[in-house]
Amino acid sequence: MNFDFSDAQKALKQQTRDFLRAACDTTVPRRVLEDTDEPFARDLWSQICANESPGIAIPEEYGGIGFGYLELCVVAEEMGRAIAPVPFSSSVYLAAEAILQGGSDEQKERLLPRLASGESIGTFALSEGPGQATVANLQATLRDGRLSGAKMPVPDGDVADICVVVARDGDGASLAVVDLASEGVSREPVDTLDPSRSHARITFDGAEAELLGEAGQGWAVKDAVFDRAAVLFSMEQLGGADACLQMAIGYAKGRYAFGRPIGSFQAIKHKLADMYIKNELARANCYYGAWALSTDAPELPVAAAAARVAATQAFHFASKENIQTHGGIGFTWESDCHLYYRRSKLLALSIGSERVWKDRLISGLERQEAA
Amino acid sequence: MDFNDTPEQAAYRAEVRAWLGANAEPRKDRPSVSRRLDAEEGLALAKAWQARKADAGYACRHWPVAHGGQGRPMIETIIYDQEEANFDVPTGFFSIGLGMCGPVMAQYATQEQQARFIPPLMRGEEVWCQLFSEPAAGSDVAGLRTRCHRDGDDWVVNGQKVWTSGAHYSDWGILVARHDSSLPKHKGLTFFFIDMKSPGIDIKPIKQINGGSNFNEVFFTNVRVPDSQRLGAIGEGWQVAITTLMNERLAVGDAPPPDFREVMKLAAACELDGRPALEDSLVREKIADWYIESMGMKHTKARTMTALSQGKVPGPENSIGKVVSASKLQNVSSFGADLMDMGGVITDPSLMPSSALFQQSFLYSPGLRIAGGTDEILRNIIAERVLGLPGEIRVDRDVPYSDIPTGN
Repeated sequence: MNFDFSDAQKALKQQTRDFLRAACDTTVPRRVLEDTDEPFARDLWSQICANESPGIAIPEEYGGIGFGYLELCVVAEEMGRAIAPVPFSSSVYLAAEAILQGGSDEQKERLLPRLASGESIGTFALSEGPGQATVANLQATLRDGRLSGAKMPVPDGDVADICVVVARDGDGASLAVVDLASEGVSREPVDTLDPSRSHARITFDGAEAELLGEAGQGWAVKDAVFDRAAVLFSMEQLGGADACLQMAIGYAKGRYAFGRPIGSFQAIKHKLADMYIKNELARANCYYGAWALSTDAPELPVAAAAARVAATQAFHFASKENIQTHGGIGFTWESDCHLYYRRSKLLALSIGSERVWKDRLISGLERQEAA
Repeated sequence: MDFNDTPEQAAYRAEVRAWLGANAEPRKDRPSVSRRLDAEEGLALAKAWQARKADAGYACRHWPVAHGGQGRPMIETIIYDQEEANFDVPTGFFSIGLGMCGPVMAQYATQEQQARFIPPLMRGEEVWCQLFSEPAAGSDVAGLRTRCHRDGDDWVVNGQKVWTSGAHYSDWGILVARHDSSLPKHKGLTFFFIDMKSPGIDIKPIKQINGGSNFNEVFFTNVRVPDSQRLGAIGEGWQVAITTLMNERLAVGDAPPPDFREVMKLAAACELDGRPALEDSLVREKIADWYIESMGMKHTKARTMTALSQGKVPGPENSIGKVVSASKLQNVSSFGADLMDMGGVITDPSLMPSSALFQQSFLYSPGLRIAGGTDEILRNIIAERVLGLPGEIRVDRDVPYSDIPTGN
């Protein structure tokens, strides 16, 4: 039994935390949030790429450094703690994973090195607006290598270079890679709950699209990609939830009311204890998910869904109760509380809502039961 | 990161499994032996089992050899417990003694007393109980009223304890009493171990809301305790008690079933709106909530085990266990009864799914949220000891005990 990260992984985590503490304090996400002309923190992104972080889990043969997923998980937790306003999740957890899962050797060799180096930014487009996307209701269509339809919100869709799109293809769905600079692609930013991470509406009008994996088999690949991404997103959510807890503890110790620190009142203590409880439950589920991801374990679908649900609940709870602990100041624009509150909802919906993941979890358990 | 035993641990696990296989029955889908038998038969069986374990070297393996243990790493005790959980063996009678009384005796009793008392405690030959709580001192244990005064070489104890598990079949007990009411509450306490068969001890079972009687009231009328059975200095009772309570928080285990597995099985068998309840999205969401709690605790334990097997002190994450599992049990039981709709009120085991386990737990679970530290006290502990929030402002700390208002 060794349910812990190795010393080297812990060192990487600390190094990433130190780097982000210096390079990405909360003024950075706030700057991107407030500046409509800056879709992401380019300076920070260049440093992250210089650190080779996007290529951590991408195999060396495809231009990455091939460390592994436990290393990527510890970096993800720190990205989440720092609410880093960069296209890391879109490019690494989604686009690169989709290419690794669905692409041919030739596609991996051609597309992954640029994602690993950060020279190119990738993203993934499934949603077409309000409502859960299903094979049956997809409007975007792939026909004879051409893609038509609209996707929104696409994370980093306004700045990405390539996009993996889920589109209807006959009776099924296919995954296709589109060069977003190509003809027939138009895109504009859409406002979202968290403007520190830009999103776009992308319209495809017969744009050239390259099939990723087998035609009509894309939905299963999407599920596999989302299982993997769920672990990584949940690590980010865990980092964000812990940041909220630490922020709330700091405030509760220093803020005085009725002649004493508000943290000495049981109403606040119990709220913060509940935050800690949810965070620890999430951490345990996330670590198990990280193990399943790193070993390609058959338990991955259930482990990933459990991590995702637990981390979504933890970050949601911590970010809202952090505002509550702060009282009035927590509702102001100048306080950092809303940065986390926004990010928690954004991440909660990024690859499907809590309800969808709970359903995936139970379906996974039913399959285990039947097996 | 991996979930495999080290070769050494795997070898030990195989050895334990083989021994259990040769000496016990695997657990079956029926009430455990502890639930099938009455207390007297159960105790006799439990004593025999504990002695067998001790003879084979599996009881309290991490205890020092001088105390009857094997002086082995804690991880071996955990591995044994994990394996034993797969077998239908009588448990529960010795958890207070092994978890709380043994460690406090090892820390505070004389060498001669340790040699006399710890081996029989460890072997299950003598049963121990804990006498802390009182009618007016639950969460606020330091507010206890049971008095003791010195008389020659003895102390004389008068008062009442409550919620004492197993008092009626215990041979020995650990007791905190107040020797001086003019001192502040924490300073006027003294700690003893006592012979439960002493004259003047009167034990009455408490009937719980579930109809069972797992606990007792214990009345003390001029009970004489030799001063040689005092643990710690006069006035040091609170520090000794705190040591014991810390051990209790580790000793109080997880809630028993039902858990998400049992609800899932039930939901597959029950209908809601003419289809299996398990297809209902609300039902699925609830089960998912309990699954992540259950697995969160399981994996948290794995983190603790990792720390132990590396010879490190486990982190504070263990403190969440009972808060989470007690409420989960209550919620799971209530929801299980709901799934049975109007029939969910029936408690006759012969008529009900899982022999009315959900209904029984519905009535049993409120106690688990109180025993061994209430939900509220445990949250205070997490907030103050783990998160470092400031302590409560106390109005009773520095005044004589006799001046503290008492209410009802």
